[in-house]
Amino acid sequence: MKKRQIISTVLKSIPRNLFSGLVVSLIALPLSLGLAMACDAPPISGVIASIAGGALVSIFGGSFVTISGPGKGLVAVILIAVSTMGLNATYAAIICSGILLLILGFLRLGKLSDYFPSSAIQGVLAAIGLIILGKQFHIMLANKIVKENTVEYLMAIPKTVIIALNYSDTGLKYAALAGVLSLAIMVFYSKIRNRYLQLVPAPMWVVILSLSYSYYYEFVLGLSNPISKKYMIPEIPNIQKIITDLPVPDFGLIGSSAFWINVVALTLIASIESLLSIKAVDRLDPKKRRSNVNKDIKALGMSTIASGFLGGLNVVAVIAPSSVNISNGGTNRISNFSHAFFLTIFIVLFSTELKRIPLPALMAILVYTGYKLASPDVIRRMFIIGKEQLIIFLITLFVTLKVGLISGIFSGVLATFLIHVFINKSFQLFFKNILKPNVLMYKENDENYFISVKHFSSFLNFRNLKNKLDAIPEKNSVVIDFSLCGFVDHTVMENINSYQALFKKKGGSIDVIGFEMLGSESQHPFALKKLLPISGFIKNNANKRKKDFESLANKLKMEYISQNDTNNEHLRGFDYFITKEIGYTYNKISSKDSCYNLFDISYSEGVAIAKENIRSTMLYIKAKAFAPQFTLTKEGYLERLYSFTGKKDIDIPGYENFSKRFYLNGKNPKKILNLFTEEIIRFFENNDYYHVESNGEAFLIFSKERIATSKEVKKLLNFGMSFSDLISKE
Amino acid sequence: MKLNRIGVGVAFSPNLKANIYEAARLSLFMESELMLIHVGEEDAKKTQIISGHLNEFKKQKLSYKIIFVNGRPVEAILNAIRESKINLMVLGALKQESFFKYYLGSIAREITRKAKCSVLLLINPSIKRIPCKHIVVNGLKDPKTEETIKSAFFIGKKLSASKITIVEEVAQEEISIKVDDDRSLRESTIIRERLRLREKQRVKKLIKSVPKDQLEGVNINSQPIFGQRGYSIGHYAQVVRADLLVMNAPSKVSFWDKLFPNDIEYILEDLPTDVLIIR
Repeated sequence: MKKRQIISTVLKSIPRNLFSGLVVSLIALPLSLGLAMACDAPPISGVIASIAGGALVSIFGGSFVTISGPGKGLVAVILIAVSTMGLNATYAAIICSGILLLILGFLRLGKLSDYFPSSAIQGVLAAIGLIILGKQFHIMLANKIVKENTVEYLMAIPKTVIIALNYSDTGLKYAALAGVLSLAIMVFYSKIRNRYLQLVPAPMWVVILSLSYSYYYEFVLGLSNPISKKYMIPEIPNIQKIITDLPVPDFGLIGSSAFWINVVALTLIASIESLLSIKAVDRLDPKKRRSNVNKDIKALGMSTIASGFLGGLNVVAVIAPSSVNISNGGTNRISNFSHAFFLTIFIVLFSTELKRIPLPALMAILVYTGYKLASPDVIRRMFIIGKEQLIIFLITLFVTLKVGLISGIFSGVLATFLIHVFINKSFQLFFKNILKPNVLMYKENDENYFISVKHFSSFLNFRNLKNKLDAIPEKNSVVIDFSLCGFVDHTVMENINSYQALFKKKGGSIDVIGFEMLGSESQHPFALKKLLPISGFIKNNANKRKKDFESLANKLKMEYISQNDTNNEHLRGFDYFITKEIGYTYNKISSKDSCYNLFDISYSEGVAIAKENIRSTMLYIKAKAFAPQFTLTKEGYLERLYSFTGKKDIDIPGYENFSKRFYLNGKNPKKILNLFTEEIIRFFENNDYYHVESNGEAFLIFSKERIATSKEVKKLLNFGMSFSDLISKE
Repeated sequence: MKLNRIGVGVAFSPNLKANIYEAARLSLFMESELMLIHVGEEDAKKTQIISGHLNEFKKQKLSYKIIFVNGRPVEAILNAIRESKINLMVLGALKQESFFKYYLGSIAREITRKAKCSVLLLINPSIKRIPCKHIVVNGLKDPKTEETIKSAFFIGKKLSASKITIVEEVAQEEISIKVDDDRSLRESTIIRERLRLREKQRVKKLIKSVPKDQLEGVNINSQPIFGQRGYSIGHYAQVVRADLLVMNAPSKVSFWDKLFPNDIEYILEDLPTDVLIIR
């Protein structure tokens, strides 16, 4: 690309990145406030971390679409640091951990957490979830209590529920109600697919509703807010005050070991959380870029230092806002910068208004976040992968809760190693081979890479394999051969799985061979990973649907397959799926020549708390002749908004009504105009609205982002068939 | 390369017959004299057993000599090699119990390190001949390499091997760029390609020094590999199921090499296939 071209693409991307930065700041604001309060730090410190992160990481970082801000993992450490050393010493610890991060980055050790067993990391994250949930649950129900540790907090939950049900104080009653309502918003938000509702992230709905409720009482009813003053966010100083009252970090404890334990814990969890986020976000990046992790860690270290001096918390790459960023069209670092910019504006203009938000409402967001980290789903998944993984997970979880984060991680590492030794009944296998360069990679011919792994492959020596995989351009084909390997652990399998996804996305592939020798390991995590537990109720429903589909297929003389199918490469070419991850298709009806494929599909958008699992029914039709790439959908406010951010709506001259009702977009307007003849336009006008998309080789048609009823299925099929006939005539 | 005398250590182990058969067959192929070295007192009964195993080869006019030496096994054998002017010493490896892994016993290991002649390490000596089809030879950038490659072709011709692969191990450090993101990946891929071409060119030149008649009927390949020197070639030979791996002798073996294995030590620890070390 020429320089001028680069500049023009960057300029073009500004509006949509500003827009997505705005949406991100809407989710970042309540999260930052809440996380800071969960740490027992001033609420503004979370926002400062977001601003410092957004401003510096967007300039010096090595990632593209990640958003930086205060992480949830830090709650576990900062909470302890604040209670044992005081706030100002904690700022000093934050600054020191920023320096450590910076050093890690320069030593190219940013990927530190790649070398921890993944079940242990899951255990630590679950423990953090419980720490957040345990403490904040009580505040959510307006029953602030002080306990010794997380276990006691968790044990006290039933008691708090009983107390909350019997409040006589109206102030407390309303406070608890605000908490419960907010939790309901968080839980049910992802279940409702409404585009206007989804434009504002759930946490911001909590804030908007709280604010409007407060204004309603003050200005319409002329009454004071019925929620108890004790359970409102403490007054946030205005911008002048924030600047004049900058805290002075207290380095007095720098000689003590407790100080450094906190620093190391902060650094460790910051590096782990950031790496996990960057990895997950890279997989969602529509432009399929590879983030420079070490550069990003350096930038995160820098912004952590800045944030510490300004009275803010640690800065990490945060996953939920990042995925919101991608879903809203963020494509480069401008969105991260603009999120910091909008946050600054919010604080300058509205900082004093934020005290209208009830504390329980804010804490409900955190309770939901905590629950997501430690939900029974996580435990069930661990169990499906293997009992030994569950043991590792639980050991890490309990040690983290009882002793601390660092001990937790290392007990997880030790447990994993001991279990590996026990499974293989051999210490020698690991001891003798750990330092050997056990991975061989060579280019078989001009296209294929061959990788052979010897001895054993586990979290202990995964770096060898990882270094080789990193050095292969992702558009190539790779064969990984484990036949000379005596043992492969879950961490390696999981990582290979994510590499496979990455290569697939960029047009390459990774094939894994040579597990025939490892027959005794039949309960291998990989084979069991695909199990999808179905509860009784849904099962019955599914049976009826199955019958409906079967009879429909018989009627049309088509084939019906009910099983889940994860091989859906052909769908990836559609624009609609660029920011989404396809899970699997099922209930498939296909014509004998496999021209028509109708199926239910499960896919997801975003990750972490912004993750939304969607099921829908779609029709896939192979084009009989070449058709230009285009997207046609119902025109609404959102599409008009998108056209401001750079996505052009193609108007067809002479058909104003059609152009007004439909949003048409594509790379080659000329060819599209040729395709949309009068007959086709009339056809669209006389039928229901469908989302119709062409990728050049095939069409994807669906009506709503939910499972279609059997009636709608028939309609969809009819529509698709007539459309296909019509278009092949042209 | 001329192999006048081939030596084999004779110990009365279960592998005795197989070891003798392999060495005798090789001597016939190479038209060399076989020297059977036994550490211990000279004894008519022992001589009888040993020459009994050679009956089949006597018909094919194998010339051989049985030598009895005394003292510590390693020194005694090294002395015999020097005194009898042996060019190639044949040693048998041991098989690790559970896995299909082979390693050298401590005596064979020391002889391999200290001997002044070439050494052939056999992982699976067999009484019936297993044809040697594929030979892998190192193409390191080293003054000794030319001689090694010549030897590989010479032996390949004698054993009528059908395929010879020359492996150039390129140290990872030669790629000056560490892969961090898309851009550094692109750059390192370009450097890698350039190095591959350079290595292939170099090997082409080396092959030119091999006599023409030895090149006939052999499928010659060259395979650059980026990785730990000395290790990758063994791993590669194992992956492609080569029948013989031909290597340069190590330049020097210091105390550190035994602690942190490099070059030949990786191979001695875990024999991938039959290995011939050229001196």
